[in-house]
Amino acid sequence: MSVPILIPHASGTNRDLEAAQAIELAGGTPTIAHINELRSGSVRIADHAAILLPGGFSYGDALGAGGRLALELRTWFADELAAAAEASRPMLGICNGFQVLVKAGLLPGPMGEPRSVTLTENAEGRFECRWVTLQVEPSCRSGWLGAVGGTTIRCPIAHGEGRVAVSDDTTAARLEDGLVAFRYLADGARPTSDDPVVAGGAYPANPNGSVNDIAGICDDTGTIVGLMPHPEDHVLDWQRPSGPEGGSGLPLFEALVAAAR
Amino acid sequence: MTVRIDVTAPDDPRGGSVVANARLVGVDGLTSCRVTRVHHVDGSLSPDELDRLCREVLIDPVVDEAVIDGVTPAQGRVVEVALMPGATDPDARELERAAANLGLPEIRVVTARRYDLIGDLSDTDVATLTRRLLANDTIEISTEGELPAEFAGAAAADVRVDDVPLAELSDDDLLRLSKDRVLSLDLTEMQAIQAHFAAEGRPPSDAELETLAQTWSEHCVHKTFRARITLTHTSSDGEVTVSFHDGLLPALREVTEELDPPWLRSAFVDDAGIVAFDDHHDVAFKVETHNHPSALEPFGGANTGVGGVVRDVIGVSARPIACTDVLCFGPADLPDDELPTGVLHPRRIRDGVVAGIGDYGNKLGLPTVNGSVLYDPGYVGNPLVYCGALGILPHGSHPTEPQVGDRIISLGGRVGRDGIHGATFSSAGMDASTVDHVGSAVQIGDPITEKGLIEVIERARDAKLYNAITDCGAGGFSSSVGEMGEDLGVEVDLSVVPLKYPGLQPWEIWISEAQERIVIAVPPAKLEALQALCDAWDVEVTDLGRFTGDQRLVVRHGDTGVVDMPMAFLHDGIPRQELVGAWADPAPVEVTTPVPTAAQVLQLLAHPNVASKEDIIRRYDHEVRGGTVVRPYVGPEADGPADAAVLKPLGTEGHKAVVLSNGICPSVGRHDPRAMALLAMDEAVRNLVAVGGDPDQVAVLDNFCWGDPTKPDRLGSLVRAVQGCTDGARAYRMPFISGKDSLFNEFDGEAIPGTLLISALGLVPDLRRAVDSAGMQIGDDLWLVGANEGALGGSLASDLFDLGATRVPTPLDDPLPRYRAIHAVICDGKVTAAHDCSEGGLAVAVSEMAIAARLGVSVVVPLDGLDPFTALVNEAPGRLVLSVAPEHRDAVGAFLGDHGRRIGEVTAGDDIVFHLLDPARGEDSNLEPIRIPLADAVSASTHGPSGPTRGATA
Repeated sequence: MSVPILIPHASGTNRDLEAAQAIELAGGTPTIAHINELRSGSVRIADHAAILLPGGFSYGDALGAGGRLALELRTWFADELAAAAEASRPMLGICNGFQVLVKAGLLPGPMGEPRSVTLTENAEGRFECRWVTLQVEPSCRSGWLGAVGGTTIRCPIAHGEGRVAVSDDTTAARLEDGLVAFRYLADGARPTSDDPVVAGGAYPANPNGSVNDIAGICDDTGTIVGLMPHPEDHVLDWQRPSGPEGGSGLPLFEALVAAAR
Repeated sequence: MTVRIDVTAPDDPRGGSVVANARLVGVDGLTSCRVTRVHHVDGSLSPDELDRLCREVLIDPVVDEAVIDGVTPAQGRVVEVALMPGATDPDARELERAAANLGLPEIRVVTARRYDLIGDLSDTDVATLTRRLLANDTIEISTEGELPAEFAGAAAADVRVDDVPLAELSDDDLLRLSKDRVLSLDLTEMQAIQAHFAAEGRPPSDAELETLAQTWSEHCVHKTFRARITLTHTSSDGEVTVSFHDGLLPALREVTEELDPPWLRSAFVDDAGIVAFDDHHDVAFKVETHNHPSALEPFGGANTGVGGVVRDVIGVSARPIACTDVLCFGPADLPDDELPTGVLHPRRIRDGVVAGIGDYGNKLGLPTVNGSVLYDPGYVGNPLVYCGALGILPHGSHPTEPQVGDRIISLGGRVGRDGIHGATFSSAGMDASTVDHVGSAVQIGDPITEKGLIEVIERARDAKLYNAITDCGAGGFSSSVGEMGEDLGVEVDLSVVPLKYPGLQPWEIWISEAQERIVIAVPPAKLEALQALCDAWDVEVTDLGRFTGDQRLVVRHGDTGVVDMPMAFLHDGIPRQELVGAWADPAPVEVTTPVPTAAQVLQLLAHPNVASKEDIIRRYDHEVRGGTVVRPYVGPEADGPADAAVLKPLGTEGHKAVVLSNGICPSVGRHDPRAMALLAMDEAVRNLVAVGGDPDQVAVLDNFCWGDPTKPDRLGSLVRAVQGCTDGARAYRMPFISGKDSLFNEFDGEAIPGTLLISALGLVPDLRRAVDSAGMQIGDDLWLVGANEGALGGSLASDLFDLGATRVPTPLDDPLPRYRAIHAVICDGKVTAAHDCSEGGLAVAVSEMAIAARLGVSVVVPLDGLDPFTALVNEAPGRLVLSVAPEHRDAVGAFLGDHGRRIGEVTAGDDIVFHLLDPARGEDSNLEPIRIPLADAVSASTHGPSGPTRGATA
């Protein structure tokens, strides 16, 4: 049975094709649709079993990464997104998609409350592209992510505004209560380890200075998940360079498709 | 009413980067810097609406502080910087659109940056920081204190087309007119125009004169490369040869036509060269230069350089899939008192150029995968920025024939006064006053608009909506429409062109090089489908006019005539130049070489041209599109330089991959420009073969950056370099498929070293067999392919250790057999790592492999009749180091035959060891070996000459 998965495209989106490739390899049926098509109703969010917001620079990341597309989601698609969440349709945001979900207030949510989490300038103060190791946090409350809980993924980051920042300790504690979905591991951490060595804030294993090595988070329901690194760029064996071990990103997409099925 | 909104993120790391860079420009008193984003919002928003705009869009509640309708209280000395009115300002545009999203009344926005400089600063310090770090007065305005908001384009002006009387002008008057209007036309060209309009019995309009200047500019028509040239060549023993050259461009084309391999799809005729990839797809490749704009405004110059070359690839109906960049700067540590007036410091140029390339490529979603960075005092006044782009298209999908009646459709960006005279400006030398005259030629790009063009053109191509396509680049519409309509003739109405702001005169609209535009020829029946497609992707469509069939260029602005000329005069009326060149080979110099030491090898590794460029490379996304097989840096720590990039185009079947490499050696060209061309071609092939590329299917691009070709010494070396290119194309059976010349790279009459970039495009038959410089295993044999040669002219060692060598390495006569042998071994899966010998010779090649793999190595440096120093550091062509498991020793020996020999092994140790032989005593006589701890080599490569404490880069 086909599992239709929506990949929205806004001006400046650019990792939609790789995201679609990953979904296909994972057994899903991707549809890339421009925001204008979603607005006009020629493509409907409701017709899809899951949503994957891909990477890129929506609207050039003017006024802060993802902010403009986040505004469009809030002003044009709030009801449809709420309905999708209500129906437990999984939603995954990668890189710019993660930034959009955070800026829209969907992560960690709920939308409409004052935001206490953001993604901002890397601590190094510049765009950076490098491979990192991350672990799917075993204690994450996301149901669909549970299928891959504890696994490590080796994949690249490519961003300038990927630092997870929180307004206060209460928010940090709230995230640690099951909302952390991915964490950066120290380089060379073994995928089989029961006790992974986290990056401990050290550059470059934690490439952007994110609080508590957080690479991705989920919302209270666990339906919506976002992360900065690009697991869709490591779904084929030959994509992985030599260097530290770490698994493919494909199981993550397989979990998404399985949950959407 | 205009309201000011200040937004600050107190922990914004850009403040720290200003402090770090302040020390580099000699301001030590700056202790901290707070960066504020300033927005001037003009409109009739109520306080509630303003608050909503700020909350929903402008202010991040987690990290930002804001002052709404007021000014941030000063925390120190305050400097404010804004773009000149009318420059591309995406933040302002997106804020305007966000207000519309929210259903607020229409607003107009301009933005600025504010710096609160805290510390013990004199007036001079503040002025220095402003000039050197914070603002660029080519495109920005700045002041100490608060900068008032300035909105672009006041009132619409009356449309004016002025005649430019030529009939009475003397030769001096003609030349003055050419200079005053930045036409860059010489006397014979001005006279040809004078004669044409005398015969017509009327003066040209301003737009007609400008059209001719654009179309006849060096940049657009390559007049030097089409000129008849007489070359006087004096050999080092005084023998004089005079030769006649009937056009350099025809010579390059001729060798391509002669080779004519079956996989060649299109060479020289279009915006980019095209070769076959597989049964279904072709790949298109182009490399451009953007030197003069980058000298004046490094970020914007490099930014629009990438944008321009990507449009070249779109202009052959290809989807861009990768970028390359090769950069030449003055020394980053140039003392301030050696910096000429009117020149930005090389460090600032480098940082701006790198940021500009990263910004555009990253935002387009294109991996920037191959390049190099050279530092040389010859580039202080005139840096070089080569930008390349690769694209993919279904075979046979690129239409090239407009039809009578087709509409002339412009897609993409709006037209402003920015980017006037880029083509003619780049066809003249620079000096300290250049900024005052041609600041308008420099622009900032808007990659998101270009991204829309990529999406729309790919779909329009697949739906067969257009009959012809071209990039709108240098010369603007005057060049793109003028070229597209060369055979048929066109009629255009400029009054329909969307402008960024009112007030442009017709000639300005016609020649503006405003970025992010593509022109296509569309049959009227397909306009509706095109419009629907462009609406869906938010791309603006303008119907400029039609192809007429009367072979005339007719331009109107509403009812006002602007241009009316025969295409024949525009395209064939330019007089062919007659030029003279002279070249004298340098006298040979007897070189005394030192005893080789570990310290020398570390110095070579730490030289800025060899040391790691990871700082730069990591600012480019080299992973997007998920097709990168061999990355710019490889190995367990991802810090070993790769020889070439291997890419698997997304959406293609099987395991075939593309390989991109380059060769550049301007130091050789100082002594022998012909050899430079041959050695650069060898370097490009070497690099390509090292990662698994097939030497029998390589296409190359030439990019010549030279000084003023009207000076015989510059032209002489250029002709010699072209001779090297044609000789090399035959020797390597490698056709040139496209190229570019950028001449007049001079500052105050001082030319850059003539610099030829060879960019190579090839194929890896099976990406699973691709190798890099890091894959070797403990116990592997190390093999050297090729022989050493004593000539050190142009080598890094000669430069670094002041040897003064002038004789350069001998180019290879018959290079293909060795490269085929290496390729066969790699395809057979026998090679674990490969790396070419270039700058620093075997010493650097072996050390870089050890660094990349983080393994020890031990090699015996073969003498080949030389002294040990020369054997270790010479840069003879055709050499690679391969690592091979010992069980394959016999098989590899059989493959390589006389081309290769075993020189050592990969060890479990922590040292790089070079065993040296005594020339007096022969092969079994060991001198004291050079032993370099791997950690020292890594440190030299990572931190460069001044060690780990070198200043921060930002």
